[in-house]
Amino acid sequence: MTMNHQGRPTRAGEAGPPMPHQTFTGNKALDMEEPLIFEIGHMDNCGVDLDEPMDFVPRLGNHMRSEPVELPALSEPETMRHYVRMSRNNYAIDSGLYPLGSCTMKHNPRLNEKMARLPGFADIHPLQPISTVPGAFELISELADWLMELTGTNAVAMSPKAGAHGEQCGMMSIKHAIAAKGEERSIVLVPESAHGTNPATAALVGYKVVSIPAREDGTVAVEAVIEKIEAHAGQVAALMLTNPNTCGLFEPEVIEIANAIHEAGGYFYCDGANFNAIVGKAKPGDLGIDAMHINLHKTFSTPHGGGGPGSGPVVLSDRLAPYAPLPFIRKNGDELEVVETTDQLKDGEQPFGRMTAFFGQMGMYVRALSYMQSHGSDGLKQASEDAVLNANYVRVGLQDLMTLPFGVKPCMHEVLFDDSFLNDTGVSTLDFAKAMIDEGYHPMTMYFPLVVSGAMLIEPTESESRASLDLFVATMRDLVMSAKAGEKDRFEGAPFLAPRRRLDETAAARKPILKWVAPEPTKVEPELA
Amino acid sequence: MSTYFTKDHEWLKVEGDVATVGITEFAQSQLGDVVFVELPENGKNVDQDDEVAVVESVKAASEVYAPLDGEIVEGNELLVDEPAKVNEDPEGAAWFFKMKLGNAAQLEALMSEADYKAFVETL
Amino acid sequence: MRYLPLSDNDRADMLARIGVDSIDELFADIPEAVRLEELTTLPRRKTEMQVERQLSAMANKNVSAGSLPFFVGAGAYKHHVPATVDHLIQRSEFLTSYTPYQPEITQGTLQALFEFQTQVANLTGMEVANASMYDGSTGTAEAVLMAHRVTRKKKAVLSGGLHPQYREVVEGVSAKLPGASVAALPADPTGTEDILAQIDDETSCVVVQSPSFYGQLIDLKPIAEKAHKHKALLIAVFTEVVSLGLLESPGAQGADIVVGEGQSIGNPLTFGGPYVGLFATRQKYIRNMPGRVCGETTDAEGKRGFVLTLSTREQHIRRDKATSNICTNSGLCSLAFTIHMTLLGGKGLARLARINHMSAVALADALSAVDGVEVLNSAYFNEFTIRTPKNAHDVIEALAAKGVLGGVPVCRLDKSGGDIDNLIVVASTEVNTDEDRAAYAQALKEVLA
Repeated sequence: MTMNHQGRPTRAGEAGPPMPHQTFTGNKALDMEEPLIFEIGHMDNCGVDLDEPMDFVPRLGNHMRSEPVELPALSEPETMRHYVRMSRNNYAIDSGLYPLGSCTMKHNPRLNEKMARLPGFADIHPLQPISTVPGAFELISELADWLMELTGTNAVAMSPKAGAHGEQCGMMSIKHAIAAKGEERSIVLVPESAHGTNPATAALVGYKVVSIPAREDGTVAVEAVIEKIEAHAGQVAALMLTNPNTCGLFEPEVIEIANAIHEAGGYFYCDGANFNAIVGKAKPGDLGIDAMHINLHKTFSTPHGGGGPGSGPVVLSDRLAPYAPLPFIRKNGDELEVVETTDQLKDGEQPFGRMTAFFGQMGMYVRALSYMQSHGSDGLKQASEDAVLNANYVRVGLQDLMTLPFGVKPCMHEVLFDDSFLNDTGVSTLDFAKAMIDEGYHPMTMYFPLVVSGAMLIEPTESESRASLDLFVATMRDLVMSAKAGEKDRFEGAPFLAPRRRLDETAAARKPILKWVAPEPTKVEPELA
Repeated sequence: MSTYFTKDHEWLKVEGDVATVGITEFAQSQLGDVVFVELPENGKNVDQDDEVAVVESVKAASEVYAPLDGEIVEGNELLVDEPAKVNEDPEGAAWFFKMKLGNAAQLEALMSEADYKAFVETL
Repeated sequence: MRYLPLSDNDRADMLARIGVDSIDELFADIPEAVRLEELTTLPRRKTEMQVERQLSAMANKNVSAGSLPFFVGAGAYKHHVPATVDHLIQRSEFLTSYTPYQPEITQGTLQALFEFQTQVANLTGMEVANASMYDGSTGTAEAVLMAHRVTRKKKAVLSGGLHPQYREVVEGVSAKLPGASVAALPADPTGTEDILAQIDDETSCVVVQSPSFYGQLIDLKPIAEKAHKHKALLIAVFTEVVSLGLLESPGAQGADIVVGEGQSIGNPLTFGGPYVGLFATRQKYIRNMPGRVCGETTDAEGKRGFVLTLSTREQHIRRDKATSNICTNSGLCSLAFTIHMTLLGGKGLARLARINHMSAVALADALSAVDGVEVLNSAYFNEFTIRTPKNAHDVIEALAAKGVLGGVPVCRLDKSGGDIDNLIVVASTEVNTDEDRAAYAQALKEVLA
């Protein structure tokens, strides 16, 4: 018998001691160091084939560039490798549980991406004749119908570009509505637990912010609202309230609060960032809201993309509907009429202005509608129930070891812990979070909301399986016990295994380096040359 | 020369009709690493409790208030280049600004060093 | 439901573990009166195939730009985007990552932002750029607010060459603040307005678009000089970023803030959004700049890394004193921009710009040969304005009926009437062929006959 064989050993052998040296490249096998394009790019080559125009006889007047644009290029394969290598230094929902409270990091279906790339959506221009894009307005209108139905409202301003932009749109509508009544009001009430965008938006629209303290149980008491309304009689334009709130709790007195603000002649702005908890379970319109933005990139699964783009349509009560910004779609029976300019307005329509050029985030609308149609009314409700179920499952799995600031009780779609369970361990919320990274998890939201010491806000979303939650809970328990056992080393320098150790944010802020600058060429002393 | 303190964690050293103003050791310890200081304009007339300067750390940004009525006469340019000085020497080299007193009577309502220490204890 | 991993058995077990009898016990805080049983008015779940069929039917009702001779611009431009770009931005690690608040595990996004900021700064001729705004129009409004903060004045002067919808956004946002005012000049198709006369000591900023909404190239230098004389800032706006490959940068002309639309590089038309606002300024103003920024630093082992920095200006820390309320921006669109720009480099961008310019020159020649048609601009990039003897809206509709999308009738956006009603803004880019241009000229001839 004859046979060909390889001469290599096929058993794994003993692992032996850890690797005694750094690698030459700084790479760790699949974990690659990647320079900046400015360090590896070419000035004389590029990754796009373009034919030089035959005769270049410009009509640029005296506006031609005097210096060439100083930007390097990479060929196509180099570009691919550069960005693929960089991408591998990112955590992502597709690779693991992403429990960022208040951010709703749910699965992003790829059907959405496919639909958004249909040429009939991706390759149409916002200013091509309206007669050539009926399907675009049909889509916007259908999405608007879903949003109004889910929220129990009769109007929605679609164009805001993200949640904070939606807040701005809602608050500008309120300001305009107040002015239309011939009134002037200067104050907006915002609970201490609010997202930072709320006070920032109120200030941007020209209001003074008065904050409302949270009560012991993490919710807002109607008495506290009334007290502020009375202290600033006739001056309160609006209350901005997140519901479910940022402590993961549904505001039990929300209807009374809405009534109080309405009786005082003000408006109720609801931050809809946490809408994922109650889709199909309650309609914000029934709670008395006047305006609420909906983060399509949270509740309706459009991807976060490393920080955007988002989309923040704002549903409006009948009292605010007349003030919705341009452009909007007017429905005449089944006919859709696009209103872009003030000359097209009918009696009663008094838009406060315009939030953005064109029609808003069409690409996000397609994705959100694709998600809604996929889920349907039954699936959307189930998704909210699962989101709340998952959060409570995590709560129950951890509440004996970690501390719930407001006592043991059900939460909505996110569960809030404070840092008192870390007292006397020498481990901070930040250390704890960084140790989660070594375990393969993205940390939860930390130090927010501000009303709780060392807050840890966990939102698992409905996208997690039970097995995934079990492993997460087991990991968290192990970390807590380790902290309590005084194993500080596991936390203090963490993360140890990420592409980078902790970064020096102080140095970054003291001497900001915000772009790449070519290093000074090293001077060679003549006598040494 | 006498030294006064405010509830906003600022100190003043008064010489003649000019007060030198900075933030306290306690304030810097609460802020953490200071990364930026914005100074008031010289010649600016301010009222007590006006926001006149800003101090930023990595994790927080705080207003510095005018402790008294008066006119800003000088900002400490050193802090623009070396904000870290606020952490190193808050009650010395890292003063924020000097102001000409508009109403010296307001000094009476401020705290002494002992009062301020007691006040910090209560926080 | 395919997006939900829990089975009914899982749900039952989990409820038992939580210690409640039904899911509704977890929703007990919702007042009973408003609790919903079912959303009877909305359709129920659909399969992937059903959704695809339904949405495709909607998409098919639209005339896509690639399907016919297409010359629509006015703030959004049809360009060829290399296939590599769309592939890379759909990498899970980029697409499904959050804002990089945990820098140790988001260096991919952060490094891309640092590259983006450098590209934008170098292109615009400025010292620093932020990590993007929503789009050009909202970025322009933010630039005006920033100028108010820097100058402590509140009067903005807007050129009549500014995109009419950009003007509306600025008016909506900044004119509503106490004491703020906006002086907007009337439509200026040919760049002949006397904006210098509008600048005085009250002026906080002058907002000038070049190439203008009408395509006209504007000399920014004298405006910058006059503005600086009155301690005002020059805000230079662009809607076609490809133009920077060929034109003198706004920074070199003395602009203090440069803001514009970056859609042309890397991003499809998508009916107006999502797009990517580019925002650059001088180093000395960075503390007043809105939006996120990424900065270079080192980690505990001394390795270079990137972090979000200067965040105390932002809403999550500064709350009501923040420079802006912006939070989510245009992350993925800025990544698309960066990847496309990396494929092009400065040299490729310059060539792309030359092709665009000559495409527009060829179109201008073809259209001005049509009886009654006049090209208004003396100097332009890939876009210009024509005057036709008939109402522009009617001309565009008639062209569309002949299978040519011939541009934007100015009267769609600007209702001031008169001569405006006969103006069309026309763009021609690298995607347009000689045949497209000939088809346009022929159709226009027939429409005007």
